Amino acid sequence: MKRIALLGMPNTGKSTFFNRLTGAVARVGNWPGITVDLLTAKLLMGGDMVEVVDLPGIYNLHGYSEDELVVRHFLEKNPINLLVIVANATQLDRQLALVLQLKDLGLPMVLLLNMVDEAKRLGIQIEQHKLEHALGIPVATLSAKHGIGFPWARQLIERNLNDTLATAAAFSAFASDDALEARLEELVRDTVHVPVTLSETITSRLDRLLLHPLLGLPLFFLAMYLMFQAIYTIGTPMQNAVEWLLGLLKQDAVAPLLAHASPVISSFLLEGIYNGVGTVLSFLPIIVLFFLFMGIVEDSGYLSRAAFLVDAFMSRLGLDGRSFVMQLMGFGCNVPALMGTRVMRSRGLRLLTMLIIPFSLCSARLQVFIFLTTAVFSPRTAPFVLFSLYCMSFFASFLTALLYRRRLTNDEPLLLELPPYRFPTWRQMVMRSWHEAKGFVREAGGFILLGVVLVWFLTNIPFSAAPASAHTLAGRLATFMAPAFHPIGINDLMSIALLFGFVAKEVVIGALAVIYGTNEGALSGIIATHLNWIEAYSFMLFVLIYTPCLSAIAVLRQESKSWRFTALAVAWPLFLAWTVSFVFYQAATALIGA
Amino acid sequence: MTLEQLATGQCARIAQVEGDEPLRTRMFALGLRNGREVAVIRRARLGGPLQIRVGSTDLIVRRREARMITLIEPAA
Ligand SMILES: Nc1nc2c(ncn2[C@@H]2O[C@H](COP(=O)(O)OP(=O)(O)O)[C@@H](O)[C@H]2O)c(=O)[nH]1
Repeated sequence: MKRIALLGMPNTGKSTFFNRLTGAVARVGNWPGITVDLLTAKLLMGGDMVEVVDLPGIYNLHGYSEDELVVRHFLEKNPINLLVIVANATQLDRQLALVLQLKDLGLPMVLLLNMVDEAKRLGIQIEQHKLEHALGIPVATLSAKHGIGFPWARQLIERNLNDTLATAAAFSAFASDDALEARLEELVRDTVHVPVTLSETITSRLDRLLLHPLLGLPLFFLAMYLMFQAIYTIGTPMQNAVEWLLGLLKQDAVAPLLAHASPVISSFLLEGIYNGVGTVLSFLPIIVLFFLFMGIVEDSGYLSRAAFLVDAFMSRLGLDGRSFVMQLMGFGCNVPALMGTRVMRSRGLRLLTMLIIPFSLCSARLQVFIFLTTAVFSPRTAPFVLFSLYCMSFFASFLTALLYRRRLTNDEPLLLELPPYRFPTWRQMVMRSWHEAKGFVREAGGFILLGVVLVWFLTNIPFSAAPASAHTLAGRLATFMAPAFHPIGINDLMSIALLFGFVAKEVVIGALAVIYGTNEGALSGIIATHLNWIEAYSFMLFVLIYTPCLSAIAVLRQESKSWRFTALAVAWPLFLAWTVSFVFYQAATALIGA
Repeated sequence: MTLEQLATGQCARIAQVEGDEPLRTRMFALGLRNGREVAVIRRARLGGPLQIRVGSTDLIVRRREARMITLIEPAA
């Protein structure tokens, strides 16, 4: 089998080309010397099986960033038959620097000049043959997005696919940037012709509106609001529909099948396994929709504009505008928002963003809060109570960012490209969503299932006791934990509900109903008689801040690939939740009296 | 004069890029190198970043990094 590696600067259309070349069959592969995931796909080319590897986008080979190191390690440890360099034809004045660096590696390579559609529109002319000659490597031009020139690019790759494998020569042998500069200058002067004044583009005109000093921010919030509404007004009913269907299936098809099984087995299969699988499935509609819309925002180039607009504030927190967008989207559901942080290539920035997203008051928590506020507070005060919880949500995340910024992001410079506005093709959007949904099921699915089953065990063992009662393991755990929970006004029964809330926050109410031995309709009255408002509010503060739900943890782990970080992302909110509830509960009882 | 002081809408040539090695190579790769012409397109409010243009690339840089780029005074 032969091997091709794709390489280029970020945003040159490398992934677009990879998808077009390989179809939707990519998978994540493991490679010697590398810890991050690289997309890999196999295809038939000129009678040979060829494996194509998509390397991360890099600006140079110096090895200062994580991605640069990944590329270096890959090329040092894994021999290849051909290196395919993808460059943006509209930016050759700087992108050829990378090509010149790569040439020193002594690998067989071809150069693809992508985005010729944009180059043509800008009136940029490239003397392909001169460039080929000057560089000494074969060159093809194409538009990976629209497919123009693609067959020739493919042919070029096929023709240059060596029979022998090659490994990169020593990386230390590179020319310094200064030496590169002269060569680059000359090469660009001879082969690339850019019109003296670039014509006024649609992008500059749109930017004048969207980045307007006064209108920019309101338009940003409007755009975020519309996107949020679009995702969750369609997504939440779909999620409910999936849950409803699964419930129906459980009741009418699966439960009858288990009618003759022992109650323990049947409960295990239904409440443990089946519900676990159901939890995973219920996230799929939202993940698919989220990435359909996020695909538009990302590909359009608006995400970098968002960074420009809110950076003045976010940079003080060690974050940037893209973090803020994901945080806002987290108010619908934390899970896809956490997955969306992948656009940020700096690991520190990404981890910090992943640490704050779980504080966003997601729709699952909102359901719990609406239920409790209506049960305990008067209709006039309830909205203010809800509003205060939203403020608390921002407070917790900004506090966390301030506390952890030094440790994680270390004041990295912001140097972001503002690409021209583009609209993704349907194909690109659908493939992206499909890929993300598949990744979620594969990477996070097992973990979620395991967690649901674990909670089932805790709340059902020993089998002689009523489920979730004080005699089960969960009940004993609650008694054991009581010294920690009593100071924040949470009784044993409520703390069992918190254990359920760990699986998914929206089941807290259902769990409370089971625990109090009633149905959800009557629960509201019972809660009102059992809890005073201070206890209820303390409970809500705790639910808002404590451990993100199981699915969020699974995704934190999937995205960070670090158990240590995952542990931090669980422990810190737990600690913060307890402290906030404690301060509130003790102060409120002291001031007002229980 | 540094890039931070360049008036919005003006352009000038880069004289020198300061900062540590990783930052300089990053700027180099984005087209910010000696002798290149750079223009400030707009500034975000409240001390936010600048939008600049080098060649056909638009970039955002924070003011702190913009101070590291010195310019040749445009012949007025
Ligand atoms: N106009 C145009 N846009 C393209 C072309 N190829 C890719 N794009 C867009 O460029 C952006 C970056 O592409 P992507 O494949 O994600 O780049 P990567 O970061 O190099 O993997 C996306 O918005 C693509 O839709 C092309 O040939 N023409």
